[in-house]
Amino acid sequence: MYKKGKTSRLMASPYLAWAFIFILVPLGMIFYYGFTNEAGSFTLQNISYIIQPAYFKSLLLAFELGIVSTVVCFLLAYPLCMILADMKLGHHEFILTLFILPMWMNFLLRTLTWMTLLERKGVLNDILSVLHLPPVYIINTPAAIVIGMVYNFLPFMILPIYNSLSKIDDNVINAARDLGASSFQTFLRVTLPLSVPGIISGITMVFIPALTTFAISSMLGGSKVLLIGNVIEQEFTVAYDWHLGSGLSIILMIFILANMIVSAIADRKENL
Amino acid sequence: MGFAMKKLFAVLLIAAGTTAALLSGCASSDGTAAANGKLYVYNWGEYIDPDVITSFEQETGIKVIYDMFESNEIMYAKIAQDDSAYDVICPSDYMIQKMIDTDLVQPLDYSKIPDAKANIGQEYWDKAQQFDAGNKYSVPYCWGTVGILYNKTMVSDPVDSWNILWNKKYKGEILMQDSVRDAYMVALKKNGYSANTTDKSELEKATADLIAQKPLVQAYVVDQVRDKMIGNEAALGVIYSGEAIYTKRENPDLEYVVPKEGTNIWIDSWVITKDSKNRENALKWINYMCRDDIALKNFEYITYSTPNKKAQAEISDADIRNSKVAFPDLNTIDTETYRYLGEKGDRMYNDYWMQVKSADY
Amino acid sequence: MKKTFEHIYLSMIFIFMYAPIAALIVLSFNASKSRSKWGGFTLEWYFNLLSDSEVMDALINTLVIALIATLFATLIGTVTCVAMMGLKRRSRTIIMGITNIPMINADIVTGISLMLLFRAMNISTGFVTVLFAHITFNIPFVMLSVMPRMKEINPSVYEAALDLGASPFTAFTKTVLPDLVPAIISGALMAFTMSLDDFIVTYFTKGSGFDTLSTLIYNEVKRGIQPEIYALSAIIFIVVLLLLLIINRFPKKIKFMHK
Repeated sequence: MYKKGKTSRLMASPYLAWAFIFILVPLGMIFYYGFTNEAGSFTLQNISYIIQPAYFKSLLLAFELGIVSTVVCFLLAYPLCMILADMKLGHHEFILTLFILPMWMNFLLRTLTWMTLLERKGVLNDILSVLHLPPVYIINTPAAIVIGMVYNFLPFMILPIYNSLSKIDDNVINAARDLGASSFQTFLRVTLPLSVPGIISGITMVFIPALTTFAISSMLGGSKVLLIGNVIEQEFTVAYDWHLGSGLSIILMIFILANMIVSAIADRKENL
Repeated sequence: MGFAMKKLFAVLLIAAGTTAALLSGCASSDGTAAANGKLYVYNWGEYIDPDVITSFEQETGIKVIYDMFESNEIMYAKIAQDDSAYDVICPSDYMIQKMIDTDLVQPLDYSKIPDAKANIGQEYWDKAQQFDAGNKYSVPYCWGTVGILYNKTMVSDPVDSWNILWNKKYKGEILMQDSVRDAYMVALKKNGYSANTTDKSELEKATADLIAQKPLVQAYVVDQVRDKMIGNEAALGVIYSGEAIYTKRENPDLEYVVPKEGTNIWIDSWVITKDSKNRENALKWINYMCRDDIALKNFEYITYSTPNKKAQAEISDADIRNSKVAFPDLNTIDTETYRYLGEKGDRMYNDYWMQVKSADY
Repeated sequence: MKKTFEHIYLSMIFIFMYAPIAALIVLSFNASKSRSKWGGFTLEWYFNLLSDSEVMDALINTLVIALIATLFATLIGTVTCVAMMGLKRRSRTIIMGITNIPMINADIVTGISLMLLFRAMNISTGFVTVLFAHITFNIPFVMLSVMPRMKEINPSVYEAALDLGASPFTAFTKTVLPDLVPAIISGALMAFTMSLDDFIVTYFTKGSGFDTLSTLIYNEVKRGIQPEIYALSAIIFIVVLLLLLIINRFPKKIKFMHK
């Protein structure tokens, strides 16, 4: 096989050193800061802060909005991917690219576009007033944040699901139909299960960023809607309490870990 | 080598080449002959006439690297991390007190800044003693009050009390400052309390008020108040007096008023960091800012009130020179300077503020 | 019937995705700074953009960081993947596990952890710290692309080359590397995109005085948005659109890369 032993270890060592310094040590620092206070002694106070109503609310809200956004993304993306996967070869590549294109613009710019649309005197209300309809004040509410999240993360749901769906062998579908299954049954029992890896991948790529974002809630929430991401960010940049900020980050990591475990279990189930 | 390999190699080479060129370009633009050294200045955004920086550089031969921050707290976080990163900074009153307490600034050599004591009015030095006893560490740069900016055409009631910001008639038309001290000052003054209180019951009343107000608030903003009010996007906004002149110029429908319950009087002053690497240049900078012609130039550009008495006398527009908004008689309004409340006090305020921020919208 | 429904659905999603961008582009020509009133057509903001050093600096920073970070990440990532083939299975799993951490962790945790590191090491934040941060989260993307391909490659050609007398290095570059190149490019592309788009990690590791496009826009939002940003977004959109159209002219290459 390939170069074994010493040469391999030598070749891998630069990265190992890098990973140690820039991945493991920083992680350790968060744990260090999270479990100590200003005096340097061990404390669980930073972690327990999450129980305080104000902080817990921000976590809960982030959770809620994250789930809503993920579900909306899924509901919008799945039919889209099914349609795309069905289309003629060559065509679907281009159209897929068209739907992914906004992802290549800048993330902040994408969020900015919705600020412009949803502002009190923004484009949306302008159009409504031209149509003699009453203005809607969506900006600075959770609804605006969900819209922002869906808009930003939809491509991340589309891509993996599309990949999964396009890999399904037509013959499998045909076989099911030949055996007498209706379209709906085929979908439920063949297509859907086979697309699960893509769905799980999509959910992970949408839920985690949605749960932990602070830019979207900052720009579309008018500082009225506080998510856990905002709380942590403010602890570091405004309140200057790095211990509390790190403690709250540790709480976040628990969620991320849980998500990872769920994905791993689902993955393993798939491979059986 | 195969074709693919050659292509990859070529691409890498080009990439490396261009980045090297770009980097050397960046490097050279930084190394313009700084005959008399450098100076790192950290100031609020839009808080100086850009021409003043250029003229300072030309007159002294010092290269100025000018950075901006948007809040005292963010500035503090940066300086606490590395206070040698900047030489001269312009924080606000209570933050200066905090920086003195946490040993981040150094005493000033007044022999090198003669224009300071000469041109800046005594009443400002007196007020500044509230956060800088003996005026050892700071030289006032700008000062003002906090008040309500309102749009005459959108507000039908008389605006003379902080209470109007709780008036349901203006739901969604109210802008509050996204700053814990300023937000609480409004709520505390409305109830007749001190803006520096650490009394739990008083803070809880203020918190309850702010939570009740939240559904009426359009947004908690910092600098955006100005543009939003000019654009008629809100009827009432909490704003610094320095913005009053500028905004009225841009939108004549706007008026500024200090509510009868009193308000905060703030002073932003220049300080030199403890570990500053360019101390002499920093002192030159501060003295330059205290020159009457420079102070006048700055005032006319940023429209924030200057404490420079000599410059005040030289303001050409009599309306502005005598403006009660820009230069209120400190004896007629009830004003209070923010004090640093200590770590425990800060934590308390922040916890209550967190309650407001996570309350229902 | 089904086709009509499908077309309507596609169009609705399409409008959802592009209406906001269209709005921005229209606003970039608006002479009035207001977002709802049309004040006449103007190219003023586009011209201002060129002379706005803040925006230009941020743009250059963004590109330079993305380029250099991708370069280093690709080099380190590829070399490591090759090296890992010669390691025990257990070591491989551990290394891949560690590599996955930046990808799985929320950006905010990655950004904060690196900020804490730089503070502890007393490194002053700026270009270098942002670069290190970007390289750190780019490497996993490269490795995620190259590793599976590396495992797929049949070692017999490599061994045959060795048998024929080639040195390990020549055998590698002539037999294995050409096969890897698509995966390397794919990974590099992914890393480049991630770097260009990044906000949160850059936000925490940049300190003051250094901005990328993302952090600049974030600052602008707090201060009040200048219409030059709309002009900038219009330009970025056009550039990206052109790039993707060009790439799509070569469908074979795409299929090749998608493997």
